[in-house]
Amino acid sequence: MKSAVVLLPGLNRDRDMIAALTKVSGQAPKTVWQTETELPDVDLIVIPGGFSFGDYLRCGAIAARMPVMRAVADAAKRGVMVMGVCNGFQILLEAGLLPGALMRNSSLQFVCREVKLQVANANTAFTRAYAPNEVIRCPVAHHDGNFFADPDTLARLEGEGRVAFRYAEDTNPNGSLNDIAGILNEDGNVLGLMPHPENLIEAAHGGSDGRGIFESALRVAA
Amino acid sequence: MIRNDFPITPELVASHGLKPDEYERILRITGREPSFTELGIFSAMWNEHCSYKSSKRWLRTLPTKGERVIQGPGENAGVVDIGDGDCVVFKMESHNHPSYIEPYQGAATGVGGILRDVFTMGARPIAAMNSLRFGEPDHPKTRHLVAGVVAGVGGYGNAFGVPTVGGEVNFDARYNGNCLVNAFAAGLAKTDAIFLSEAKGVGLPVVYLGAKTGRDGVGGATMASAEFDDKIDEKRPTVQVGDPFTEKCLLEACLELMASGAVIAIQDMGAAGLTCSAVEMGAKGNLGIELDLDRVPVREDAMSAYEMMLSESQERMLMVLRPEKEEEAQAIFRKWGLDFAIVGKTTDDLRFRIIHQGVEVANLPIKELGDEAPEYDRPRIEPKKPVPLAADDVPQADIAESILKLLASPDQASRRWVYEQYDTMIGGNSLQRPGGDAGVVRVEGHPTKALAFSSDVTPRYCEADPFEGGKQAVAECWRNLTATGAEPLAATDNLNFGNPERPEIMGQFAAAIQGIGEACRELGFPIVSGNVSLYNETNGRGILPTPTIGGVGLIPDWSKMARIAFAAEGQTILHFGAPEGGAKHLGQSIYLRDIHGRADGAPPPVDLAHEKRVGDFMRTLIREGVATAVHDISDGGFALALAEMAMASGIGAKATLPDGVDPIPYLFGEDQGRYLLTVVSTDADRILGEAKAAGILAEKIGETGGDVLVLGESASVSVKDLTAAHESWFPSYMKG
Repeated sequence: MKSAVVLLPGLNRDRDMIAALTKVSGQAPKTVWQTETELPDVDLIVIPGGFSFGDYLRCGAIAARMPVMRAVADAAKRGVMVMGVCNGFQILLEAGLLPGALMRNSSLQFVCREVKLQVANANTAFTRAYAPNEVIRCPVAHHDGNFFADPDTLARLEGEGRVAFRYAEDTNPNGSLNDIAGILNEDGNVLGLMPHPENLIEAAHGGSDGRGIFESALRVAA
Repeated sequence: MIRNDFPITPELVASHGLKPDEYERILRITGREPSFTELGIFSAMWNEHCSYKSSKRWLRTLPTKGERVIQGPGENAGVVDIGDGDCVVFKMESHNHPSYIEPYQGAATGVGGILRDVFTMGARPIAAMNSLRFGEPDHPKTRHLVAGVVAGVGGYGNAFGVPTVGGEVNFDARYNGNCLVNAFAAGLAKTDAIFLSEAKGVGLPVVYLGAKTGRDGVGGATMASAEFDDKIDEKRPTVQVGDPFTEKCLLEACLELMASGAVIAIQDMGAAGLTCSAVEMGAKGNLGIELDLDRVPVREDAMSAYEMMLSESQERMLMVLRPEKEEEAQAIFRKWGLDFAIVGKTTDDLRFRIIHQGVEVANLPIKELGDEAPEYDRPRIEPKKPVPLAADDVPQADIAESILKLLASPDQASRRWVYEQYDTMIGGNSLQRPGGDAGVVRVEGHPTKALAFSSDVTPRYCEADPFEGGKQAVAECWRNLTATGAEPLAATDNLNFGNPERPEIMGQFAAAIQGIGEACRELGFPIVSGNVSLYNETNGRGILPTPTIGGVGLIPDWSKMARIAFAAEGQTILHFGAPEGGAKHLGQSIYLRDIHGRADGAPPPVDLAHEKRVGDFMRTLIREGVATAVHDISDGGFALALAEMAMASGIGAKATLPDGVDPIPYLFGEDQGRYLLTVVSTDADRILGEAKAAGILAEKIGETGGDVLVLGESASVSVKDLTAAHESWFPSYMKG
């Protein structure tokens, strides 16, 4: 699988994501700086986590307006797989590639812990390596992960099977509506995900439950 | 025109924190009356924080060298060789006073400052810790300080992107008016790519990097008088404001710049910003420095030379640049959206010269600014040795109730509420996160190596006996690293004390340093960096003496690393290092303090030879892969250590106490140099035999299993109840 990681100032889980992509796919991703207007020819584009531009405006709002994001939107339209994790998810929302919003955690605090995720739809480009409704472990680390959408949008997301992951077993860490942890776009090729699968892919991480997301994309690309 | 010609009156001198004899010394050095800006420069260089004038004499007695030590104290951070061309760069520094005034920003900029110290040397930060001390929980300010400091530590470290893997949080009424925020950071670098502050070469450009200069930080401790400048009347907050986004960009830009070969010398702007950094670079390199302040990037109008030289705006660096690399260097900083300005040059005249608006506002001998700083051998009173508890002074209490009460007490309760606000896993290399004996981070690029980190001190021991307390801080840190299987390499010290002008405080300080020095020498654990924070005092009452020790250890193969959680049921529990018949020492124990409200007796002495013998033996067992779980025994003794192992695993244990022993000292005594260890049952007798041959007392005390912790005949508590007690205090306290 050929992949690319988008780099913006203030993102800080880029190294984790690059390591995970390299370890799972056996191929180091290309990196693309925010000012670039063209993306390399890849199967998967990832926007990693962090605090782009310090999150000093709304999380992801400034990043969503950088030149590279127009190229990401074009690629998404062409059907290229796009995944945004944590701040990357926030950026995809701000760029209009996904619906809804991520508000401040209901605790009003940053939270870093392991949670349980239920694979709410195992028939997607990012989840097919998991069994339907499988419950996996996954770490979270964020201050603004409280997913919100208006009732119509929420109903559509649920009705169209576009909720990919849900916090399970009472581990919702942020107050997200319907325990939503990750959603897809209409075409199913863009995933926004609040937890960090890239931090649970090998023995050193204490488990490899996060690998399935990368392996699913790998199967699509193969 | 911004004025620089305020008359130098005795009041102005005093308001700069300079004593009359110190001013005389300034006159001798300058040979004339100093200008206003020069007075500011002297006050910045000669205050306690920058000059170490009260502590220097004692700091010199610490062991700072070792086979692996590449750089000891005197640079931005210490550097220790970890083999394979890699080194670990680390330091701990306090931000106590600012954190008390404005907890969020005070703590945030404390974290920012220590991270900058580490990456200035060419290292990418890989781990952070925070040692925090607050007043008693019931004090009206405490909750606000805890909330703000924890949020500030997280706010900066999380956004910058460094995992926080360890630390301490304690409460005591003696910190009511002075909380402590000691921030530790460590980074990884290549041994052949370490960057130092020593300037080299005459006529080379001095470059200003990072964020712009504002008035923040001007008007700090050394300046309070309103009469000399109407601008200062605005009383800018003396606490700086942190910008972790800029710091993250600065990190990436600096590492790119260093890789490009453009950097000759580099120094971060910390306390006394431009002044300290420029003087340090010049003086170390035997060169003069000339700065043109009109070229300094500023974010406020009409800043005077005085303000620019004393500003403590954050996220700034000063560098001596290889001139042929100017364009390349500038491009890197432009890419990251940071300022890059040539603000001066190195000279051969050993003068520190400041030009502002075409006028020379300061011209001082650069070496003398640092070398001729006052140094004091302050009078001190030898601390009184505490009276040990009488042997038959063993106050009794219900054991199960005591365990539950201690686990739910402010100092022993779970710190989950705190560390879940810190990103503990960013980087993907955190092998042990907070909650164990030490944080462990894998060495990226190496298949098996990892580094362990721990920060420790027991202030109540230091208060009772500063010498033994100093020893114990070092020993506990060394022990916590050892308990993961790490070889302790070196340490950094953050010495927090009261007013050194009071002889009893100076006596505490000197004794603690002597204790630290002795332990470091005996354990082969040199001090490679550190920081002193004095004057931690409110209304004439000092804080508990708190010499925090931050240690780093090396694990050659992390697959054999030990953790505190029981690995399985049916394993044998061994108790190592206790005196014959088990623990006896209740003086200054948590049990005595929190169950009986007593703070008397002597702290447990540390037998350093014993400490080393037991620790080295434990490390060998861990590295052989026979230890399935290990935990050091500290606050709360055997009982709390065993409870913590049970809670971490959810597995119970049954311990049998020796016949005829008094369970209270056995379970709650805080005798030093001890560990609990579990092994597969068939290994137990062999290991006990080996321990005996090595001259180490060890005993089989029980077995893991079930869901209840059973201690002898008289105590039995379910692991679920232990956990409920342990986890409940912090969240319910913070809810108010």
